[in-house]
Amino acid sequence: MTTRRSRRIVRRPPAPVVLLAAAGLAVFVVPLIGLLARAPWGDLSTVLAGDTVVDALRLSLISSVGATAVSAVLGVPLAWVLARVDFRGKSVVRGLVLLPLVIPPVVGGAALLFALGRRGVIGEVLYESTGLLLPFSTWGVVVAVTFVAMPFLVITVEGALRNLDPRFEAAAASLGASRWTVMRRVTLPMIAPSLASGLVLTWARALGEFGATVTFAGNLPGRTQTLPLAVFVGLESDRDAAVALSLVMVAIALVVLVALRDRWWRAL
Amino acid sequence: MNRLLVSVAVGGLVAVTACAEGATTSTVFVSAAASLTDAFAEMEDVFESANPGVDVVVNLAGSATLREQILDGAPVDVFAAANESTMTEVVTAGRAASAPVVFARNRLQIAVPLGNPGAVTALSDFADDGLLIGLCAEGVPCGDLARQALQAAGVVPSIDTSETDVRALLTKLEEGEIDAGIVYVSDVAAAGGAVESIDFGGASGFVADYPIVVMESAPNPDGAATFMDFVLSETGQRILAEHGFLH
Repeated sequence: MTTRRSRRIVRRPPAPVVLLAAAGLAVFVVPLIGLLARAPWGDLSTVLAGDTVVDALRLSLISSVGATAVSAVLGVPLAWVLARVDFRGKSVVRGLVLLPLVIPPVVGGAALLFALGRRGVIGEVLYESTGLLLPFSTWGVVVAVTFVAMPFLVITVEGALRNLDPRFEAAAASLGASRWTVMRRVTLPMIAPSLASGLVLTWARALGEFGATVTFAGNLPGRTQTLPLAVFVGLESDRDAAVALSLVMVAIALVVLVALRDRWWRAL
Repeated sequence: MNRLLVSVAVGGLVAVTACAEGATTSTVFVSAAASLTDAFAEMEDVFESANPGVDVVVNLAGSATLREQILDGAPVDVFAAANESTMTEVVTAGRAASAPVVFARNRLQIAVPLGNPGAVTALSDFADDGLLIGLCAEGVPCGDLARQALQAAGVVPSIDTSETDVRALLTKLEEGEIDAGIVYVSDVAAAGGAVESIDFGGASGFVADYPIVVMESAPNPDGAATFMDFVLSETGQRILAEHGFLH
């Protein structure tokens, strides 16, 4: 009796909480309703079959997956160092890693241009020695998107590593496993759920990236125009196409986020 | 005469404001095309010092973005667009209080970074694959006009980036990240020597007319009319001319 009652109390939170939660949900749902109301449902298939849409979709997939891969290769070691190694100025390093979450993406894009552009501090050397030019190229999109999205991976994985019980790794080491083996066979499997959720968050942020991309990589269909850029440009010239593209983004994001939520995203 | 009208109107406005709200300022919301950034910043300063108690708030963006905001019901007093077609849509939607008036004109010019690294001399260079070429995006007035000019010259441009507004394009030119772009004469003036400009043949045929209008649903119709009169006044026109706009 008591248990059933207490269970019911826990299941049914106080009315103010429910009301505020509903208002919180409305923040996300209301814009979506606006988008659905404006959608050119009749012409959707025609609009979506256009070259611009197909190109933008392809570029968005390439750049978001590419940025997620780069983030995994560079971000996991960075998270490991931040979680496990004590060194002076660590809080500054952590601040630097989190900076892209705070500064406007447009500023990030401009900073990338000043650093890696043809006349940039590093870009000029790169261009003159190798002929490599990041702005206005698909690689430039990957760089811009990685800059904005990688912090999500680093903070998620760092948090998981810090919460990991060190005794498992210590046990493995005491049984003769090398540091590399411990990391590969014990550490990484144990943080796998967090790593997966970090990767999903990183990918999602990468898919929606606009400001840094348009500022650093420019806007050219087929080369640098990702879905968000096509939507922005479309709003100025062809609103139906812009709204249709937005729906595509919403659909992709929802399908992936909901599907992954059940499979390997339980850690969040 | 115009000035007299302006000062009478402003006097009336200030008096009304003073009576009704004491020291509270009245605000005029102006949506202006991105290419008007510098001219309207000065316009705002001069207007505000001539009209104490009136606060001008300038919302700058590409004309098409401003049009969308207005069509979606943004509370705007005055709309200054960078081309007539954008304005026509706003008028057709019944959002203008009267017929728009052309207050400025702007001509296209080729702009290149200092030192002209791509050795650009004419519109025909825009077809060169080896150069980094930027234009404004389609749908943005400077982008549409530039494409018309290129088409008229028989040039198929090898575009590397279609920037979302003219100031974004100008920034990439100033930084030397692209070799050439087509912008307005007023943008070259705004760059203050940070880019070089090249006139091209037939440019006089590609001139953008800038219309201005008071909004039908202006929250502050008196302030809006006063500001629009100021833009059309001798002082307003002098400010525009100083920023490279044509009469």
